Amino acid sequence: MSVYETLRHFADSHALIAMFGVFAILCAWPFRPGARAHNRTAAHSIFKDENDGE
Amino acid sequence: MQAEAALGRAILWFAILLMSIIVAATAADHGFAVQAGIVALVALVLMMMSATRFDPVGRARGFFRMPEGASRYDDDVIRWGVIATMFWGIVGFLVGVFIAAQLAFPQLNFEPYLNFGRVRPLHTSAVIFAFGGNALIATSFYVVQRTCRAQLAFPALARFVFWGYQMFIVLAASGYLLGITQSKEYAEPEWYVDIWLTIVWIAYGAVFIGTLVRRHEPHIYVANWFYLAFIVTIAMLHVVNNLAVPVSFMGSRSYSAFAGVQDALTQWWYGHNAVGFFLTAGFLAMMYYFVPKQAERPVYSYRLSIIHFWSLIFLYIWAGPHHLHYTALPDWAQTLGMVFSVMLWMPSWGGMINGLMTLNGAWDKVRTDPIIRMMVMALAFYGMSTFEGPMLSIKSVNSLSHYTDWTIGHVHSGALGWNGMITFACVYYLVPRLWRRERMFSLRMINWHFWLATVGIVFYAASMWVAGITQGLMWREYGADGYLVNNFVDTVAALHPMYVMRAFGGLLYLSGGAIMAWNVWMTMAGRLRDEKPMRDAAYDPAADRPLPAEPAE
Repeated sequence: MSVYETLRHFADSHALIAMFGVFAILCAWPFRPGARAHNRTAAHSIFKDENDGE
Repeated sequence: MQAEAALGRAILWFAILLMSIIVAATAADHGFAVQAGIVALVALVLMMMSATRFDPVGRARGFFRMPEGASRYDDDVIRWGVIATMFWGIVGFLVGVFIAAQLAFPQLNFEPYLNFGRVRPLHTSAVIFAFGGNALIATSFYVVQRTCRAQLAFPALARFVFWGYQMFIVLAASGYLLGITQSKEYAEPEWYVDIWLTIVWIAYGAVFIGTLVRRHEPHIYVANWFYLAFIVTIAMLHVVNNLAVPVSFMGSRSYSAFAGVQDALTQWWYGHNAVGFFLTAGFLAMMYYFVPKQAERPVYSYRLSIIHFWSLIFLYIWAGPHHLHYTALPDWAQTLGMVFSVMLWMPSWGGMINGLMTLNGAWDKVRTDPIIRMMVMALAFYGMSTFEGPMLSIKSVNSLSHYTDWTIGHVHSGALGWNGMITFACVYYLVPRLWRRERMFSLRMINWHFWLATVGIVFYAASMWVAGITQGLMWREYGADGYLVNNFVDTVAALHPMYVMRAFGGLLYLSGGAIMAWNVWMTMAGRLRDEKPMRDAAYDPAADRPLPAEPAE
């Protein structure tokens, strides 16, 4: 098999699964148990210093 | 300025001046010599200013009424960025109206410097890289400082990023008019300008990442994720797509490192991701900070914003091949590009819904706050153009729409509607805060700007839909004898009214921009327009009295 074919088979199989796995984990991460409070704090963090430093 | 520092600077500028004169004298082509001359001129002016210890930036700061004294955040470079955004915006819109008029009235092609082929990249670069780029640099420096509660990491480098980026714009723009181009759409600047932009961009990344590292907040707010993705990905795209070998180090010509269909795919991998990461991720970063701030409510769903982020990152990068449907590109690659483009519809609408739903419970602000109105319109256009885009990427639709004005209409509904409107809203948010004014000079003028821009886009998009579909249908029409019915000139003649309408829409959009420039200028000058507020609670003095006593029966 040529280098192209070897890489192509790898990309079509293991690399594809790995990439999809990483994507799924990253998307599921904010839904982990106990993340609700953390997300809430993060969303409100921009309002902590209302005067914009002026 | 200290005498030693002034002398050191003068020597540095003198060295650059000398070098550029040598380059101009030994240049292989006319364009390269003129570009070296521009660098020499800038170096000469800066050298004389350093020698006479004249501080042009300090003077200009007074001219633009920038507030004196230290603030908690490093806002000086952001003020400059806002001014540059305004300036390049007006230039870009003006050039856009000019080339729209050229298409309707070809007599306006003034050879050679102002023909359509040279002025068109001037328009696209002026609006995308000069207007959009300055807006991104200014807002990213504003947002990263506020959300990290830290000052910019390398203040001197941040100033280099701003002024170096303006130099990139000037070199690119003057190069187009001189006929210097590497003929890659949205990547027209030649090798030496590309190298300069790479240096500026690395400095930009260093300032942004350095500020993130120095943050005092434990969490990095999601807007910064989008800004970071924009900075990192644009660096990668720019370097790979511009890999080229110059014919001579003293000349402007170069040849791409790739050939044939590989070159085409690299170009559209770049081109589509310039849309995805420059015009989408960067502007979404603005949306995730400025929409919640202006609405005074947190983003609708922080979880959704994270899914939105990762989906854009993982999907966008594959969508480029849809620009090469029915070409020499292998069929599977075309289909791959199409499938990923259609999948992109979901995260795009997730982001739009997240932005719009941030107003949940505060929808009355659309009536009373013209800045919120602009943001809502920007998000609506983001949703519309990210629906239209996947649709156009479907091969059977693309066979009708490709190479027609439908594409131009699609791009402008995204650029004018989404990028333009959200940038205007951010400028209106930023100027009173950066110049420490109570509010904008006039809120009613923001409203005028909103309506002029919206009606302008409607004229633009509607005329281009009609023009594009007309063109597509005329091009593919066969007669009974198997020959094409229309020649190309027939289609051009058929489109003339649409082209006039498009130019009119552009003119409306430009006049909105002019109103904005006036409004911003007066705000900087510290003036407040005496005007009726956008909304008052109704008051009827006639009804404001006790009921007369009823006579007894």
